Amino acid sequence: MRHLLDTESLSRDNAIQILDTAQEMSAVGEREVKKLPALRGRTVVNLFFEDSTRTRISFEAAAKRLSADVINFSAKGSSVSKGESLKDTAQTLEAMSADAVVIRHWASGAPARLATSGWIDAAVINAGDGTHAHPTQALLDAFTMRAHWSQLAGTPSVGGDLAGMRVVIAGDVLHSRVARSNVWLLRTLGAHVTLVAPPTLLPVGVGHWPCEVSYDLDATLDAGADAIMMLRVQAERMDASFFPSTREYARRWGFDDARLARLDELKLKDTIIMHPGPMNRGLEISSSAADSARSTVLSQVRNGVSVRMAALYLLLSGEMREPATPAPSNAKDKS
Amino acid sequence: MSSPSAAFEEAPFNAASANVSRVVLTAADIDRALTRIAYEILEANKGSANLLLLGIPRRGYPLAQRLAAKLAASDPTIDPQAIVGQLDVTMFRDDLAHHPTRAPERTALPVSGIDNKVIVLVDDVLYSGRTIRAALDALVDLGRPRAVRLAVLVDRGHRELPIRADHVGKNLPTSSSEKVRVRLAEIDGPGAADQVVIEAGA
Repeated sequence: MRHLLDTESLSRDNAIQILDTAQEMSAVGEREVKKLPALRGRTVVNLFFEDSTRTRISFEAAAKRLSADVINFSAKGSSVSKGESLKDTAQTLEAMSADAVVIRHWASGAPARLATSGWIDAAVINAGDGTHAHPTQALLDAFTMRAHWSQLAGTPSVGGDLAGMRVVIAGDVLHSRVARSNVWLLRTLGAHVTLVAPPTLLPVGVGHWPCEVSYDLDATLDAGADAIMMLRVQAERMDASFFPSTREYARRWGFDDARLARLDELKLKDTIIMHPGPMNRGLEISSSAADSARSTVLSQVRNGVSVRMAALYLLLSGEMREPATPAPSNAKDKS
Repeated sequence: MSSPSAAFEEAPFNAASANVSRVVLTAADIDRALTRIAYEILEANKGSANLLLLGIPRRGYPLAQRLAAKLAASDPTIDPQAIVGQLDVTMFRDDLAHHPTRAPERTALPVSGIDNKVIVLVDDVLYSGRTIRAALDALVDLGRPRAVRLAVLVDRGHRELPIRADHVGKNLPTSSSEKVRVRLAEIDGPGAADQVVIEAGA
């Protein structure tokens, strides 16, 4: 791999390698010295054109635990607000000899542009672009699911996948890059994905995605699920009215107390509730669901650091003069 | 990984396929060497108190397990499961930037931890000494052992760092173009006989 841009082009071997490496990385957080020297002397730039809390902090923690130098850049308060283009910003970073660029951008495809345009030589990691992809979030979700799934099966999680797992992703699919990245990654790992959303919050062409689509959350839950991922209602991207009122949305598509109780009635005692954060409590997820024992919200955040350490390590260690390849899927540089 | 991490030092990437190979240690030789090392470890430590064996993946770990079994055979107070661990050094190597990316292996320490213990690092082949340097760095991040010793099955010379082994199965004079291959049933499959082979370089 040279860049991590999306999960659609991520091969099963590469995905499992990232998850396995993340497994080893997670042990670092419990040690006396929470640092590895693997990326000493490398520079990682966090290039954030869009607001973010956990992704940026998580990437920063991951890079620092691998001893890399971290430069944080946010569009607010920088020359971008004076009208500097992505190209000029990127070349400025190149001149400062960045080894990796972690980019979040409001425009879908900005990371791919950065990776393929030849403007910079650094490895590019997509930390969320528009409504396109958020690969590290999907990987950390898969990591969380795999830990749960292998614990249920009583098998070691290293080397395993998600074969047979039933995953429900519910909420604002239309604006969600998390949902898109998850659909493709979970497909690669063998899980069965069902998207649940009001018809207005489903993108055009969703029928061609490798998943099932439903408009009815209760019916989907009755059919059984091993993991339920609630997506945030992205009010900041909503330029039209997609549902009549927040109360109606919460009642029909939110994971409320009644549905939490329904899981117990259905004897789904091992079903986990996931949320990529930040949560709109009371809208797509109720407080009691978010704070229940089923909720993996905090372990998702914890796993995020491990997964991002794995991604940075796999992209940045290895031969310095690796030939550039157009897509990450055909660059399998495993020894 | 197609090639074992422990073999990186002794296997240059550009070496052509080996045409001549010579068995230098058979399964019985390896077993006798490990028996002697086990007694040496007990003797040097004046008993089994505070002793831990940490194998370096991949082939150091099964060797550490075998040594622990031999220690337990001579001293019944030893629980072989409780004194063996595995120490991954991938992240601490000084050649990370010069080789293809390697997936890290697991580090698993005995539950007792390593503080104030006598650690015996176990590896299959001692060559440049760089793996052991990485292992020493890895240990420092995990705790503060009272002493660290080194046991290797084969010492083939060509050291690049001031490092020596305390317990050596066999000193093997080699040329740096040769490759030393250690085959162990635990790693190479139950069909493979335990042996140490020297393959001539190109």
